Amino acid sequence: MVLESREATKTYGRKTAVDHVSLELEAGFVYAMLGPNGSGKTTWMKMAAGLVKPNSGGILYQNQPIGIESKKEIAYMSTEPYFYSWMTVADVGKYYEDFFDDFSMEKYHQLITSMELTEDMRAKKLSSGMMAKLKIAVTMARKAKIYLLDEPLNGIDLLARDEIMRTILASIEPDVTMVISSHLIDELERVADAVLFMKEGHLIRQCMVEELRISQHKSVADLYREIYGHGGEAVC
Amino acid sequence: MEYNPTLPIYLQTANAIKRDIVTGKLPPGAKLPSVRDLAVEYTINPNTVSRVYKELESEGVCFTRRGMGTFVTEDSAKIDMLKKEMAGTLIRDFLEGMEQLGYSRHEAITFLENEK
Repeated sequence: MVLESREATKTYGRKTAVDHVSLELEAGFVYAMLGPNGSGKTTWMKMAAGLVKPNSGGILYQNQPIGIESKKEIAYMSTEPYFYSWMTVADVGKYYEDFFDDFSMEKYHQLITSMELTEDMRAKKLSSGMMAKLKIAVTMARKAKIYLLDEPLNGIDLLARDEIMRTILASIEPDVTMVISSHLIDELERVADAVLFMKEGHLIRQCMVEELRISQHKSVADLYREIYGHGGEAVC
Repeated sequence: MEYNPTLPIYLQTANAIKRDIVTGKLPPGAKLPSVRDLAVEYTINPNTVSRVYKELESEGVCFTRRGMGTFVTEDSAKIDMLKKEMAGTLIRDFLEGMEQLGYSRHEAITFLENEK
């Protein structure tokens, strides 16, 4: 186990964004974190990335609380665009290189080239698909142990989604752990080892996806409908 | 490749590779892509690809050389046998489907003969 969430809880005022979430992530696995908007996916990822402090409980990376050390090995891609509008693609790379010791400029160049971005493009002029590719390139150019990707496929067309999925797969080193949040299930069906279903701040189910297909002939989408469709009790 | 999301991905991928082997697209002794390359090519999970290769090995269709990669068997008799097995599966599925429609085996064969 590489990452452990122990009863992690985060409240904002009277709203509990993440409510006693306990889970264990194994090295070398790809996890799909699924659930509607507001189910706690982003807040949980921000806690694991060390950007938000839990009110109670906590998250451990290699048995140590999340902090300065874990941030060096956990790469987080947020949903918000986080580049200054004056930046070019080349500036974004330099900015990251200054921030992260594990950032590889060589890998970054290779990734932007394969996704048909050029260094002189300005961040503010990028289409949503190109911005999504830039965010993925700059995140995957880090040589991290855990990648937390918050909605990498949201709001972009099918071809850009395919390209981003392939870029992610091509960047996975052995023993690296990935958590990809989405409300697009089809894209993750084939890519995830396991799914984590979030609802109203709770982790309500987790499941190994090949086992689900083997033993129950069910797709992840089927299970999603069972869980969220009528609030029923899905088995897996 | 189109996947059926309710069936195991590793079996569907293994079948796709077997088709490429029996049709000669992947000739005897050919090197298969690395785990990562196959994962990217089919947009599937890398652990699933490892399972695909294990499955193909256990069936004797492929073999792994340490540090070299996974290769298609050089045994052409094995490949012929695989082709017949795959044909057998198609025939059984067909006959089963016809039986469900209420046709006898004889009628099913007549259908086949009349099909252009």
